[in-house]
Amino acid sequence: MNPVLAVRGLEKRFGAVVAADALSIDIAAGQRVSLIGANGAGKTTFVNMVTGYLKPDRGSIALDGVHIGRRSPRSVARLGISRSFQVPQLFIELTAAENLAVAVSGMHATTLSLHSPAEAPGRRDKAIELLQRFGLANLADRPISELAGGVRKLIDIAMALVRRPKLLLLDEPTSGVSAEEKFATMDRVIHAVAPDAATIVFVEHDMEIVGRYADRVIAFYSGRILADGSPQDVLRDPEVRRYVTGGAR
Amino acid sequence: MVFPVIAVTLFGRVLPTWTLSLATIAASNGLVALGIVVLARTGNVSFGQGLFFAAGGYGVALIANNWGITDAAAQMLIGAACGGLLGLVIGPLIARYSGIFFGMLTLALSMVFYGALVKTTVLGGSDGFNVVRPSLFAISFVDPREADFMLYAVSVVTTGLAGIAATILFRSEFGLASLAVRENNLRVEYLGISANRIITINFVIAAVFAGASGAFALMAQRHIDPQFAYWTTSGEFVFIAVLAGYQSVSAVFVASLALELVRSFSNLYLPNTWQLVLGVFLLAVILFLPRGIGSLWIRQRRKSAGVSAETSAVEEGAPS
Amino acid sequence: MYLFLTIVLDGLIEASWLFVVALGLTLVFGVLKILNIAHGSFYALGAYIAATAVTIAAAHSLPPALGFVAMLISVALIASIVGLLLERGLLKLFYGRDEVVLLLVTYAVFLILEDTTKLIWGVNPIYASQPYELFGNVEFAGLYYVGYDLLLIPAAAAIGLAVWFGLNRTVMGKIVLAVIHNEEMSVSMGVRVNRVYAGAFAFGVLLAALAGALTAPKISMQPGLSSDVIILSFAIVVIGGLGSVEGAAIGAVLVGLARATSVHLMPQAELFMIYLIMAAVLMFRPEGLFKRETARRI
Repeated sequence: MNPVLAVRGLEKRFGAVVAADALSIDIAAGQRVSLIGANGAGKTTFVNMVTGYLKPDRGSIALDGVHIGRRSPRSVARLGISRSFQVPQLFIELTAAENLAVAVSGMHATTLSLHSPAEAPGRRDKAIELLQRFGLANLADRPISELAGGVRKLIDIAMALVRRPKLLLLDEPTSGVSAEEKFATMDRVIHAVAPDAATIVFVEHDMEIVGRYADRVIAFYSGRILADGSPQDVLRDPEVRRYVTGGAR
Repeated sequence: MVFPVIAVTLFGRVLPTWTLSLATIAASNGLVALGIVVLARTGNVSFGQGLFFAAGGYGVALIANNWGITDAAAQMLIGAACGGLLGLVIGPLIARYSGIFFGMLTLALSMVFYGALVKTTVLGGSDGFNVVRPSLFAISFVDPREADFMLYAVSVVTTGLAGIAATILFRSEFGLASLAVRENNLRVEYLGISANRIITINFVIAAVFAGASGAFALMAQRHIDPQFAYWTTSGEFVFIAVLAGYQSVSAVFVASLALELVRSFSNLYLPNTWQLVLGVFLLAVILFLPRGIGSLWIRQRRKSAGVSAETSAVEEGAPS
Repeated sequence: MYLFLTIVLDGLIEASWLFVVALGLTLVFGVLKILNIAHGSFYALGAYIAATAVTIAAAHSLPPALGFVAMLISVALIASIVGLLLERGLLKLFYGRDEVVLLLVTYAVFLILEDTTKLIWGVNPIYASQPYELFGNVEFAGLYYVGYDLLLIPAAAAIGLAVWFGLNRTVMGKIVLAVIHNEEMSVSMGVRVNRVYAGAFAFGVLLAALAGALTAPKISMQPGLSSDVIILSFAIVVIGGLGSVEGAAIGAVLVGLARATSVHLMPQAELFMIYLIMAAVLMFRPEGLFKRETARRI
C-alpha cells in the first residue's frame, strides 16, 4: 500500500545548524506516529517543512503521491495536511465558535461569501459539534482571550480537524497540561480526532504518553533519525536512552 | 436600515444651508473613513487613502470637462470606478505588507501621485482646475440652495447605502475571516484561506469608497488640486476612522460629523487652533476610548451578555 | 561637467541637513519603536526658535557670530526640554500599545504643534538670514557657493560621526544599542529602559531642532514647513532602513542627490522622484537597504 506521506532525503540548515539531515520517512494510512527528541533535534522543523512553512534545502515531500515540498501552507492545507501548534495559533479576540466558524468557511469554498452571515445556522452547528467533541460547547461564545491555556490547546486542535485531513500533525498536544490530567486530555484528543483524521503524527516529550498512544515512534537527534519502530523497541534502544530519554527509563 | 437613510435625507429639507454643506462634507469624509475601517479590520491601516480620493476626484473632473458628464450620480459612479480600478492595481502588490510597512507604503504611493500631479501642467499643476456645477437626471440646479440639497441628498444616500453594505459585509463569512487575518494571518493561511486575497478585496472596497468620496468633494468645491492626495488629507481620514473605532458603522458617521462641527466652530471662534483642538481630541480618544467612540454603545452590549473585564484579567494571568 | 559638480555639491548640501533630521527620526524609531510623525514639527520648532534668537541677538546688536552661537545653544536647550517633557508626560502613557496607535499619537502631537507654532509665530513668513552671510562666499572649482552652505556638509558629517562614535564606543551608547537590538534581554540585564527612552527621544528632538536651526538662515519659516520635512525624512529612513544610522546617511545622500538632480534637470519632479525611490525600496526590500528580514517563530 502506498504511504500517505513519503519524505525522501530531506535537508535543512540554519547557518551552521543542521535541522534536517537526509531524512527519509514513510507514513502509512492509519498510523499513529510519535516524534521524539530533545529540543532542537529537528521535530518542529520537520513539521514546519511538511506543512509548507519552511522550504527544504533539498529532498522531496509527497502527500498521496503529490509533491508538496515547494507549496505554501495554504496549498498544503487544501491538499489535506492540517496541524496544531506548540503555542496555540488562534484568533484571540474572537469567540471559540467564531474561531471554528472561520475554519469551517475556509473548508466550504475558496471564495468566501461577502454577504451570507458567518454564523448562519448550518455553519454554527458544525462549529458547536466540534467543540462538543472536545467537551467545550459551553465555552462557545467566550472570546479566546478569556480561556485558559489548556482549553486553547484543544480549540487549536479542533480547528485543524475541520478539513478532515489525510494527515494530522499535532505539535506537543499535552504540553502545559498537568501530570494528573495528561492522560485524560490525551484520551479526549484521540477520541475527538478519530472521526475526522485517521493518520496522526504527534510531537511529544512525555514518554508515558508516547508509550501509551503511539503505535510507531521516530526518535530525532540533531536532524537525523536515531531510531524508528515500535514504542517498545525505540524506547529501549540504548542510543535513544542515551541521547533522547536521558536513560530515565 | 434603509429608513434612517431616507429620514436623514428628507431631514435635509429643513436644515439651514450652512449645515447642509457641512453635512455633505461629513458624509463624504465618512465614506473614506468607512473604507479605512473596512480595511483596518484586517489589521492594516492605510495612510494613503488620499491617493484614491484624488484619483476619483481627478477622474471625474477630467471626464466632466472633456465629455461633459455632469450628472451627480454618474460622477459618483465614475469616481468609485476610478478609485476601484487603481485599488485593483495596487491592492495585490501591497497585500503582503503589514503593520507600519503597509502604512508607509500607502503613504509613499499617495505622495508619488501627489508629486506627479504637482508636476503635471496639463492638470493645472499645484493650482488644479475648476469644473462646472453638477446636475442630476438632466435637471440643472440654478438656485444654490437647491443645488446644495441635491448634493447633500446624493452624498447621504450613497454613504448610507455604503454603510448598509459595510454592515452586511462585517457580519459575513468574509467579514469574520477579515478579523481573523488581523488576529493571526498565519493561522488563516493554515486553514487554507488566502490572507492576501482577503486584504486585497478589503483594499479595493476601501479604494471604491474613497474614489466615490473624491467625486463628492469635487462636486462640493467645484475645484480640484493636488492637495486631495497630500498626506495630511489622508491623515484626516485616518483620524475619523480612529475616532470611530472599527466596531460600528454608525460611529464612523458620528465621528465624521463631530470632526466637521469642531472644525467649523473653531474656525469661527478660535482661528488657527482647530488642529490643536483636533490633536487633543485624538489623544483623549486614544487614551480613554481605545476602541473609538463606537465602543460607547458596543461595550454596553457585551456587558449585558454577562462578560466582564475582570474575569478576563484573572484568566489571562493563569499559567498556560 | 560643471553641471555634474553643481548637482553633486547641491545634493550634498541638501543631504547634510536632511541627514541630521533623519538621524533623529531613525534613532527614536530604533529605541522606542515609534515612527514619529511629529519629528518634522521639531525641525520647524528649531527653525522658529532660531529665528527668534537671531532677531533678539540683532536687536541687542550682538555680533552675528555670537548671535549664531546663542541661537544654537537656545535651540538645543529648549528642544531637549520639550523632548523630555513630551516623552515623560505624554508618550509614556501609550507604551505597549500597537505601533500604529503610537504613530497616531505622534500625529496628534504633530497637529498640536502645528497650531502652537502658528499661535506663537503667526502665519506670515519670518526670516533669520543674518548668519547666512557669516562665512562669506567661496569659490570652489570655478563655482561660487555661499560659505554657510558648504560648511553644512562637514557640520553634518561631524554630527554623524559623533553619534556613531557615541553609540559604538561609549558605555552609554552600547546600552542604547542593546535596547535597540533586544529590549527584553537588556531589561533582564538591568538596563533602566525608561531612562534610555527619555534620553533617546529628547536626543531625537534635539537633532531635528538643530537641523531646523542650521537651515533657518537659508529658508523662510511658514506653516507647512513641518509636513514637508517629515515626508522627506520618512523617505530617507525607509530607504535606509528604520533604526539604522548608516542607512540614514545613505538615504539622505540618495534623497539629496535626487532632489538636486531633479531641480537642475527636471524642476518640480523632486517629490515624485523621491517617493518613487521610497516605494521601490519598500517593494523590493521592505526592511530598507540595510536590514534583513527575520522569520516568525511558531
